[in-house]
Parts: sequence; structure tokens; C-alpha cells
Amino acid sequence: MSSNGTQHAQGYQHIRSNPKFQQLIKERARLAWSLTALVLGLYFLYMVVVAAAPGLLHTPLQDGSKLTMGIPVGATIIIFSWLMTGLYVRTANTRFDDLSKAVVEESQA
Amino acid sequence: MKHRYALLALSALSPLTALAGPITEAEKQPLNLHAIGMFFVFVLGTLMITWWAARQTRSTSDFYTAGGGISGFQNGLAIAGDYMSAATLLGLSSLVFAKGYDGFVYTIGFFVGWPVITFLMAERLRNLGRFTFADIVSYRLDQTKIRTFAAFGSLTVVCCYLIVQMVGAGQLIKLLFGLDYQIAVVVVGILMLVYVIFGGMIATTWVQIIKAVLLLAGGTTLALMAMSQFGFSLETLAAKAVEVHRSGWNIMGPGSMLADPINAASLSLGLLFGIAGLPHILMRFFTVPNAKEARKSVFYATGFIGFFFLVVMVLGYSAIVIVGTDPQFFVGGDIKGALIGGGNMVAMHLAKAVGGNLFLGFLSAVAFATILAVVSGLALAGASAISHDLYATVIKKGQATEQQEMRVTRIATVGLGIIAICLGILFEKQNVAFLVGLTFGVAASTNFPVLILAMYWKGLTTRGALYGGFSGLICALTLVILSPAVWVTVLGHEKAIFPYDHPALFSMPLAFLVIMLVSHLDRSPRATLERAAYEDQFVRAQTGLGAAAASSH
Repeated sequence: MSSNGTQHAQGYQHIRSNPKFQQLIKERARLAWSLTALVLGLYFLYMVVVAAAPGLLHTPLQDGSKLTMGIPVGATIIIFSWLMTGLYVRTANTRFDDLSKAVVEESQA
Repeated sequence: MKHRYALLALSALSPLTALAGPITEAEKQPLNLHAIGMFFVFVLGTLMITWWAARQTRSTSDFYTAGGGISGFQNGLAIAGDYMSAATLLGLSSLVFAKGYDGFVYTIGFFVGWPVITFLMAERLRNLGRFTFADIVSYRLDQTKIRTFAAFGSLTVVCCYLIVQMVGAGQLIKLLFGLDYQIAVVVVGILMLVYVIFGGMIATTWVQIIKAVLLLAGGTTLALMAMSQFGFSLETLAAKAVEVHRSGWNIMGPGSMLADPINAASLSLGLLFGIAGLPHILMRFFTVPNAKEARKSVFYATGFIGFFFLVVMVLGYSAIVIVGTDPQFFVGGDIKGALIGGGNMVAMHLAKAVGGNLFLGFLSAVAFATILAVVSGLALAGASAISHDLYATVIKKGQATEQQEMRVTRIATVGLGIIAICLGILFEKQNVAFLVGLTFGVAASTNFPVLILAMYWKGLTTRGALYGGFSGLICALTLVILSPAVWVTVLGHEKAIFPYDHPALFSMPLAFLVIMLVSHLDRSPRATLERAAYEDQFVRAQTGLGAAAASSH
């Protein structure tokens, strides 16, 4: 691995000074950490409700229904966080990869 | 009871762990010919794949990572397969059957680790790693020391997990197939050896993919057949379940299971970050051609896992009505008593109730296939730690030829297989539940902190990684020994010194703290170089420039 590192060291240094690279790392970090905070925040909020106010999740969906709020809320957490992975993967595979490709090409030019 | 259910729930990711406990008392069942026949078909099919894979496997890269030639979708199925075990189906559906909504709460905890892995780890793993996660950790640190440490961490996790799998396999197969425990363990061990030694990662991945498809199809079919009894209405299902369950209306909301928040927090922390420290899961990120496919694979995997978990919820609630009111599934026909075959057989009973013996046989064969697929992945991860990290890098200092490395891998696989069979038989009568706590505790407090800091923190030094990693390891080990699972259950003391089953809440922060403190105080010249090398590693992590490419064929 390290021999690989030295081989590319020159190119790496060149890349770091590229403003597009700075933009790439800034955008990626912002998206990745916000989504992490969103998903974990949602999960911890849910756990707090489970522990502190379980009654909220135990409310019937409508009068006389035996289905409770907890069922759609739980399913929503799973589906929503999956959709967020979709959002990240799409952005990374288009926008970030384009930026990263441009950065690498410019470094070799 | 609480501890038992926490363990039972944990089994969602650790195939068959929970089964190991409760099933121990299970009686051997009559020979199940449907199940054996269908399993035979599966083995025949996978052996043909292994034969095909063996012809493709020429280099070490083919052997460890399928030459990086697995597509994102295929790898997504394989990752999901590693995660969705027989115990996800059996353990979680049983948990919902017994506890209702609490089972759902646990299930969500098993799920949320995956989005986080997508956001923070998938592309960096692929861009920085080649064969093992030690590649990433030792990228800018001392190769010899770090690889020795990483191999030690990997092998500890792999061995604990293999024992759990083998014991679970033996018990489950005895119950479902009516085979002897010893025969079951030997059959699993030998098939695993054949897949790994001849087919390497290509065969291991395809076995996992086939099994994932079978499990998804089997679970979904079962849920549909069960729901047809309720006119496909969740409302009807909920109403009937509340009517017949002994806890009544309580099964539709959070209940008593989370009464001990510290134990619950420690469990979910161990789960959340333990996955990201399991060598056989991490290895999967090296089998795709590039970071783009790595990201896609976690997206697909997360989708399959989420879908499957929702299906399992439906199974659990349906079983409350269909299995819970049918005397044929209870010991002595008493529906207030114990289920035949122990508390984890709910999904199997449901299969019999709605699909008859043939469907039960199919599901049993899928469960067997699941164990095989997981132990193969584990054996491969263990063997690559021995041959790639210890032999090729530490002992031979990178001078080993591919042939030598491959030979060592195969010898290591045989060694691990024999150890797994022997320990599996040795531990037959033991309660191996503590090994689950140990596996996830070590993964979350040893492998994960070092890996994530190597990827994200410039300040990490070799000394910090070693001190912190070993503190995490020793702390996790000590806490597990002092926990109820070992101190009370295995050693027979009256009261546990450490009251929780899972060490992660304590051992993981300790590992992070020691790593950061020691790294920070490290003034050696080597440490300065290591910090400086982060910049180049960072460029590669971000752009993939210099990352290991897929081999062409």
C-alpha cells in the first residue's frame, strides 16, 4: 500500500491545491455528516419517545383501530433512512464523482 | 427474561446465536425428508458454482476479493445475505411473537447502522483497502505492528463467531432435519472448506447471493400466505392479534423490554458500530470494481435488509394469531405452555401452518444454507487475515509470491475449518450466548475505533492505535467475563459484577479515549511522518486515485 502512496504522492500534492478538490471535500463532508446527523437524530429521538413517552406511540391511528401510531412511525424510520442512503449514493455517484474525475484529470494534464 | 430477550434480539445479526441457548434442550426430531431433499439440491447447485469459480480463481486478488469483479447489485445482495441470517427470520419473528411492538423497536436498532455505513464508510473502505481492513489501518502506520494487531482483532472476532455459528448450526439442524449434532457440525465444516478452498471469494459471494434470494423469496412468500388469512388487511391482523395475545393491547406499543435503558443503549451501540468492525462484512467492500459500485451495493443492501425486516414484523404478528392459537405447535397441546422446539421456532411453525410440510422443508433448507454461507464468509475473512496480513506482510515482509500466499490461505482455511468443527463439538452442551457479546464487543471496541480514526483523523499514530485497540479489547473481554452471561451462567456465581450483557457502551469510548490521548502525546519522529502522510491518504480516499483496480478477465 505504501509504495502505491509514494508513487502517487506528487499527483496528490497537486490535487490538494486544486479549488475543485476543496469544493469536493467540503460538499461531500457537508452532505455525509448532515445525513448521518439526520438519521441518527431521528433514531435517537424515536428511542427517547420509546423510553420517556411510550404512550404517544401507543395511540390508535383512528378511533376503534387496533393499529397504533408506532407501526407507521417505525416503518417510516426504516424507509426514510433507506431513501436517504439513496440520496447520498445518487449525489456521490453523479455530482461528486464528476468533480473527482475532473480533479484527477486536471492533475494529470 | 429481559437478558434472554436482549440476546435473542441480538441474534438478528449474529446468525443463530440466540438459538444456541434455548434450543439446547430441544429433542432430536424425526428425519425431515423434504428439508434434506431441498438442501441437497442447494448443495449440488452451490458445488457446481464452486467448480466454476475454481476455474476463475487464479490470483490472490481473485481469491480474496473475486478480482473486484462483483457488481454493486450482486454485492448488495451478498451484504444483505451476510446480515439477514436464519436468526433474523427466526429470532426477530419470535421476539415479535412474544413481545409485540418491542420487537419492532429492536429491529429498527439493527437497521440504522447501515445508512451510517453508507454515508461515512463505504467509499473510503473501497478507495483505501485491497484485501483486508488492515490495508486501510496500516496505510500510513507501521505495517508490521498494525497488521499483527489487526489480524489479532480479526481472528478473535472470527473465531468467537465461528463457534457461535457452529453450535447454532448443530442445534438447528438437529431440530429441523433430524440429523445428529456431530454430523451436522461436520457437514457444515466440510462444505465450508470446499467452498472457500476451491472457490475463494467468487464461490463464497455466489453462495451468499443465492441464499439471500432464497431467504427473501421464502420470507416474502410466507408473509403473503399468512396475510391472505387476514384478507391482506393489517387492521384485521392487528385486531385479531390483540384479541388472542396474552398481553392484549400492550403488544401494539412500547413495553417493558426497554426498562433497563443502559443495557439497551449498550446493546444498540454494540450493534450499530459492531457491524462496521466485523471483518467478513468489511471484506465485502473490496469485491466491487470501484467506489461507485461500493456505494450502490450498500444502497441495495440497505433496501433488502429494510424490506426483509418489515416482512419479519408481519410474520411475527401473524404468528401470534395463526401459531399462537393452534395447539398442535405447543408441548402437550397446551397453548398457554411452551412452543415445540423452543421459543425460536415461531417462523418455522408458521411455515408449516400456512404452507404445509413442503414449505416447512423449504424454509429449513434455507436456514441451513444461511449458516453455510455465513461460516464460509467468516472462514475466508480469517484465512485472509492469516495469509495476507500475518504471512505475506509481517513474516515475509511483502516478499511472498502469490503462489506462496495462496497456499498459506488454503492451509489457514483448513486449520480454521478443523478448529471450527472441534470447538463446535466441544461446545455442544455449553451456553455460548456470551460469545455474542464478545464478538460484537471486540468488533465495536477494537476494530471499529482504529478503523474509523485511521480514515478520518489525521492525528492517529501507530502507538495510539495499538494502545487504544488493546485497551478496547481487554476492557471488552473483562466486562464480558464479569457479565451475567459468563459470571452467572457459565461460572455459576450468584450475582454478576458487571450487570450488563454488552460491553460496548463502556469499552468503545475507552478505546477512543486511549487512542486519541496516546496519539496526541506521541512525539516520536515516526508519529510526525504518520500525521504528515494523512494528506495523501485523504486525497486517495476522496478521489480513488491509486485505489486497487479490478483485475481484468
